[in-house]
Parts: sequence; structure tokens; C-alpha cells
Amino acid sequence: MDKRAISLTVNGRPVTREIETRRHLADFLRHDLGLTGTHLGCEHGVCGACTVLVDGEAVRSCLMLAVQADGREVVTTEGLAAPDGTLSALQQAFRDKHGLQCGFCTPGMLTTLTAFLRENPDPSEAEVRDAISGNLCRCTGYAGIVEAALAAAKRMREQS
Amino acid sequence: MDRPRSIGAAVKRLEDPAILAGRGRYVDDLSLPGMLEVAFVRSSEAHALIRNVDTESARALPGVHAVLTLKDLGVDRRMVQANPHALLRQDITQYPLARDEVCYVGETIAMVLAESRYVAEDAAALVQVDYEPLPLVVDVREAARADAPRVHRDSPDNLAARIPWKIGDAEAAFRSAPHVFRESYVQHRGGCHSMECRGVVASYDAFSEQLTLWSSTQSPYLIRRFLAEYLERDESRIRVVAPDVGGGFGPKAAHYPEELALALAALRTGRPLKWIEDRREHFLATTQQRDQLWDVEVACDASGKVLAIRGRALHDHGAYVPYGLLLALGSVVNFPGPYAIPAIDVAIDVVFTNAVPTTPIRGAGRPYANFILERTMDCVARNLGLDRAEVRRRNLVRPEQMPYATGGKLPNGKPVMFDSGDYPAALELVLRNADFACWGERKRQAAERGRRLGFGISCYNEDTGLAPFEGATVRVFPSGKVVVTSGAGAQGQGVRTILAQIAAGQLGVKPEDVSVEIGDTARFPMGMSTVGSRTTVTAGSSAHLAAVEVRDKAMRLAAELLECSSADLELADGAVRIKGVPERKVTLGELARRLAGQVNVPSPAGFSPGLEATAYHAVERPVYANGANVAVVEVDPETGRVAVVDYYVAHDCGTLVNPPLVDGQIVGGVAHGISNVLFERMVYDRETGQPQTTNYGEYLLVSAPEMPRMHLSHMETPSPWNPLGVKGAGEGGTIPCLAAVVSAIEDALGAKVNEYPLSPERVLELAEKG
Repeated sequence: MDKRAISLTVNGRPVTREIETRRHLADFLRHDLGLTGTHLGCEHGVCGACTVLVDGEAVRSCLMLAVQADGREVVTTEGLAAPDGTLSALQQAFRDKHGLQCGFCTPGMLTTLTAFLRENPDPSEAEVRDAISGNLCRCTGYAGIVEAALAAAKRMREQS
Repeated sequence: MDRPRSIGAAVKRLEDPAILAGRGRYVDDLSLPGMLEVAFVRSSEAHALIRNVDTESARALPGVHAVLTLKDLGVDRRMVQANPHALLRQDITQYPLARDEVCYVGETIAMVLAESRYVAEDAAALVQVDYEPLPLVVDVREAARADAPRVHRDSPDNLAARIPWKIGDAEAAFRSAPHVFRESYVQHRGGCHSMECRGVVASYDAFSEQLTLWSSTQSPYLIRRFLAEYLERDESRIRVVAPDVGGGFGPKAAHYPEELALALAALRTGRPLKWIEDRREHFLATTQQRDQLWDVEVACDASGKVLAIRGRALHDHGAYVPYGLLLALGSVVNFPGPYAIPAIDVAIDVVFTNAVPTTPIRGAGRPYANFILERTMDCVARNLGLDRAEVRRRNLVRPEQMPYATGGKLPNGKPVMFDSGDYPAALELVLRNADFACWGERKRQAAERGRRLGFGISCYNEDTGLAPFEGATVRVFPSGKVVVTSGAGAQGQGVRTILAQIAAGQLGVKPEDVSVEIGDTARFPMGMSTVGSRTTVTAGSSAHLAAVEVRDKAMRLAAELLECSSADLELADGAVRIKGVPERKVTLGELARRLAGQVNVPSPAGFSPGLEATAYHAVERPVYANGANVAVVEVDPETGRVAVVDYYVAHDCGTLVNPPLVDGQIVGGVAHGISNVLFERMVYDRETGQPQTTNYGEYLLVSAPEMPRMHLSHMETPSPWNPLGVKGAGEGGTIPCLAAVVSAIEDALGAKVNEYPLSPERVLELAEKG
């Protein structure tokens, strides 16, 4: 099996591994690095549960090979909180606004919205809904998620 | 008894901090030393005999540990029936791996055990299965015909069961009724689509002779029972754990071939094994809900009062009966819904097809029944020229009729009885919220601007808190820590939070100081299943009863220690203290230490060991949640696109333990219903039986932009039949939603709509007819 060495940064820490070239980024994060906070819901790029940040952009880690992350900076759901474990404003808003039930889509929602709110710190509700239109949730009906995103945006604007 | 403060509070979920930080524990997050990964070889044919399975090249692939067929597993028996029923004519379950006949595309034939999932899947693709095709049928109408191909080659016909449901004398009612109307309906609900697919880890420890199975399941205790029965092992040597479950919605309540196959293979090989279903497999092999076709007649008088309903239905059951008749039963035994209809005569034929088996999904047959009832109310209104709300008003069970006996009988022979609720008030509330009085004017004004709005109403009630029980133990440790254990599981609803709230309220501690241990058969002796909107009613009531007992025990012992009457005591901040003298107190931990015992020291007289209690709230009959919904839609006459713009819910599930969590259940349930009506269709090719929609490009789910503005109102009529007054809330969002949205589309189009799902193309076709 074709293998290659890669070096990247994951949640701020340097990582070097030799991996099979066909291994996708989500499996690499979950099973090689033990970062199981990233979830696989469809493995064909539609449900969005596996979304991580690669160089700050929301990316589906089931559609990206781990070797393609060589030299890049990856942030997973485990990397969103402060180093002391304090939840980010968005994570906290998910808790406050009941933005999760089973929690399986949650990592993808958090990473997608983290990237979105950086680009659009003052979004309308419709813009938030569009931003997560590529993330499926079967539990919540999206209401709590949208509320959480708007509340987090407000809080982050007030703090900045 | 006073309601404790923690009941009704918007307590933040105890489940959330770990999940938000990426520290949830789902089954695929588990890794055991020496673990192999499993991929299944699945049938590519909808109906065939297996002539031969050639595993040689698969076994030769480096990294493959074994390739196993049924013979290799050393068994030759079909799986255990999970829900036996007297009306089941043909009780056909699957083998864990196919024996010689496959009856749907996706049926398990062989399993590969390999060092990684990648290698396992490579090897599975190398397994050569030699099939001899057999005649097949996937359309339920065709399958029900006498000359249809047999779904199972040795079956006399494709009828798995015929379920009648009769109340009163429908024949007499139809003979004398002033009006009789007839309609036919086509319903199709699609698949499960929890965001986490299924998954199983199995491990056998020869030293302790313990088989452990971690499964993303709603029914760990039932899985343990079925494994014990099939494997002929003691239940005490089998542990089943449901870790965090990434959504269940019904299909994860069933027992699957993969669970049994992994258990058998783990016993045989001694290696821990993991199988994680991928989304394509979820389309191929996780149970679904598909077609139900109804012919319905209604007898009524000139005022719109319904005198009788008669209906005959065909139910597409799929190829096997893994979970009894629950789905089909749920589609008929919930007549007459929330209405006082004196006579019912419905019957459903449960018909085999060469497709994935069907089992309950959120609503469990009730959405089918609700759709028939609500569309029938609309049919009566349309034919008699009456207002749709008025027809419902004239038929709803009235509060003064409570408790109301429908005339039907529960499985135990007792009468079906609604416990409480003000059904007409729920209807009036939702109509007021939706400004129904001005609806005609709004619709006219919109039409003048070229917009086609529609308004749909749906009333419902739901039997929740299903029998027989879930138990709970409330225990205080000498550290002062309060722990609740229960056989009830969770699938994302926040069960831990609810049970913690209930116990905390009695024990004077904060919910976040209570640990809740559930979903693990090693933690609690007995359990059933997290289905049927039953957990808060069953496990919640048990946790309450156990907590009350622990509280009484703590007060009695504290009274002895503080030398006072227990009437002078109060429980707060984790201690029992004398009212008005808070410094004179004894902590729960200290009381627990006294009852934890000491060698050669008798326990305090009159006290059983441990500051703990176990309770099983016995459910004799379900309690009925109820409500009314209104959907407002806009249809684009050019494209056929339907937008649900506003959705109104009036809902009564008795005592609200945690209002935001109830809201979450309702909005999520409505999303499921909207998704069923507008997007989800599981398509099988009629000639080949091949599933045509096996990814999220071909099969759509509702996403955030398609959700309407939601308007929720709660009523709170406590049930008199359990100590908390609670009723279930898990399915009430979905049950009335399908009828409400379809009714609104019908209203917008001005054309009859007797079916769902409704694609834009179909909406345009229907619009042309109107």
C-alpha cells in the first residue's frame, strides 16, 4: 500500500505521521490521532458532520485525503475551546440555546459556523440558515442551532 | 405533593459540555486492543438463491483475518422475533448471514474481518457470490395480488398478517348515514436517517466468560435478551451498552443481523470486532417506512358529525419481520385519534415485498393514521361546504368526556382510555395564534399579488409512556454524590438531564450534582426500550418514586440523629436540617455513610441498607398527549416549489419537566414531518428491486433554509395516571405535521391532494388538475 509521510498542525500542535495515501482526513483525525470529536455522517460530502477547519476554511474531512493536509493547519471541534477548556462563545451559545440533541451533527455545525462568523460577524437569520444549508441535522429542526449562531455573533461583536 | 422547583425549570443539559468539546462517546469512538474491523458482503439481488460464495481471493488479501459465512458461524437458525404477535401469519426473520435465499438488496451474506476497515471493504468486494435469480416484487399493490411472485420462495402468499380494528357497529352506521364519502390515499415516509448510522463493537472475554456488545441502539436490554436466547447463554454473561447514540428515531430499536453476526464472530474468533455502518448501507439495510395505501369511507350527518369510518390498507412490510407488527398496528389502533367517532372498521394487510424490512420511525404508524383521520375531516368539510375547523370542533372529544373510552381495547384487553386534556381548547389556541379568523382575507390579498397561500389544520393525540415499565434506582453515596441508574436509554433527547432534574428536586441538590447512568445493562437489572415517547413517563416516574423514598429515609434517619420530629426537618443544599436552625444539620453523605454499614455494627433499626431506593412505576395504560397544528404554505405555481412559511403548534404533554427540551422535541418532530412531505422518497426499481436512492444527492432531507417560522404554545394538563403528571413528547411534533402540510398545499392549489411526498413536479401536475 502506498504510504507517505505528512507534517501538519492539528489544533495548534505539530503532527508528523506516515500514512496510507488513500486514508481520508477524517479517518486520520479520528483513528490515527484519536480526535473522535469529528463525526462521519455520510462519507459522501453532503451531511457536513465531518467539517473541520483547514487553514481557517470549513472543509469536509471525508472528501479530503489526509496527505492533502500536508503542511496545513487543521482545527477540529476539540480545538475550538480555549486551552483551559473554556467553551468558545459559539459552543456556549449552543448549550444556552439548546442547539444540540444527539450531538452527532454538532461538530460540523460548530466548525462551519466558526468559519462563517469570522467572515460575517453580523449575519441575518437567513444568512445563518444558508451558511448551514450543507449541514444536516435530524434532531433539532435547526431552530436552536440558528438561535445559537445569532446569539454567539452578538456576543462576539459585543466583546470585540 | 408540592412540585419541586427543578420540575419545569429550563435546566441546561448535562449531556452538552462533553459533546460540545468533542468528547462525546459514540460507538465508533471505541477502540479495543487487538480489534478487527468488519465489512459485510451484501446481496446485490432483490431475490435470489445463493449457489455459491467464493471467498478465496478475499481471504488471500493481506490484512484479512477471516471471511465468514453462516456455516462458518456455526449456526443454522433464523433470528429471534423481537415482538411476537398472535396475528403474525408468517413469522419470518433473517438469518444473521443469509443461508441460501436472499430477499432484498443489501441482505447480509458474508462478513470480512480485517486489520482495518479499508482492507475489509477491499476484501468484501473480492467475494464472489453466484446467484440464481428468482422472481421478485417490490410494489406493495402487486405483491398483494394472488398471482404475485413470492417474496419468499416457500411462502404460500405474501401476506404476513391481516390486522382488523373495530369499534362499534360501522355497518349499521353506514347503512343509515345521511352522507357517505370515499377517498384513496397514498402515503410514503422514507427512512430513518439518524445522523449517526448504526454501529456495533463486540468483544468476548474468555477469562470471565463475558460477551460485551456496544451498539448504537435504543434497546440495549432487548438486544441482551435476544442474544441470550439465540446464543443460549445466560443474560448475566452478556452486557450490552448503548453509548452516546447519534439519533435513533425508531429503527435503532430493532435487533439487526449485524449485531448477532458480530457477537457470533467475536465468540468464534476471540477477537474484538467493530462494524460501523456507512450511509450507503444505511439506505440498504436499516429498516425504513415506505408505502401505505388506503381506501377510506366516511359516514357523517349534515352537520359534519362523523358517524363511522371504514378503511382498508395495504402496508409495504419489506422482506422480513424483525420487529413484529408494531408499525402496522400503530397505523390502525390509533383510530379514532382525538375524535369521538362511535364506529370504526379499519383493517390493514401487512404485505411482504423484496425490500428492506419496515419498522416504526418517529410516530410509529400514528402519522399514517393521523393523516387518514385529518384528511377525512377535510374531506367531510369540502363535501358539505363546511369550515375545516368547525368540522373538527364538532367531532373532537370534549374535556367533560375525560377520561374517555374510545370503545377500542388495549393488548391486555382493557379499554383504550384517554386520561385528560382539553382537545377543543388546543384547537382554538392554535387557530387564534395563526389568526385563522382572518385567513380567507389574507389568502385573497395574497392571490391579488399573484401568491398562492394555503392553510392546513391537523389535530392529534398520542398514546405515550407505553407499558410496561422502566425502573430507576436513586442512590446517595457516602461522598454525598447522588447517582440515578435506570434501564431507560437515550438517543439524544436529554434523558440524563430529565432524570437528574427529577431526583434533584426531591433531594435538595442541584441537577448538575446528580450523575445519571443509563444505557448499560451492567448498571441496572431490567430495562425495555427508548421508544414510544415513553422515557419521561416510565423512567421519570420511577426516578421520582425512588427519590421520594430516599428523601423519606433520609428525613427519618436524620430525625433520629438530630433527636427531633421529621416534621421539623427540611432538605436543602445536600443536607437535612432543622427548620429555622440551619446549622443543626446532617449531610446526605453522612446519612449515606451510616446506612452503608460497618462490620459487626447492626444497621440502624428500621432502616434497610444503603441510602437508596429502587422503583418501577408500573404502566397499565398509556397517557395521551394532544395538540393541534396549523401549517401555512406558499406554492409557486411556476415551479411547483412549496415553502412552509409559518408553522403553529399548540401542544399538551402534561407537566413540562424542561420546557426548552420539549420545544426541541417538537420542532425536531415537525422538521421530520416536513421532510417526509416535501423531500423523502425511498425509490426501488420495480423490475429489478434495486434501490435507486442511496445517497443524499438522490434522497433529500430538510435543511435549515426550508424550515418555517415556528410558533409554539404549551398547555399543561397533568396526567392523573402518573406521579409527575407527565406525558410523552417525542413524537407529537411529527404525528400531525404530515396532514397539516398536505392540507395546506391542497388549500393553496385548490386541488385535491391525497398523497405524499410531493415533489415540485407532482405539485405542478396536481395544480393542473385543480
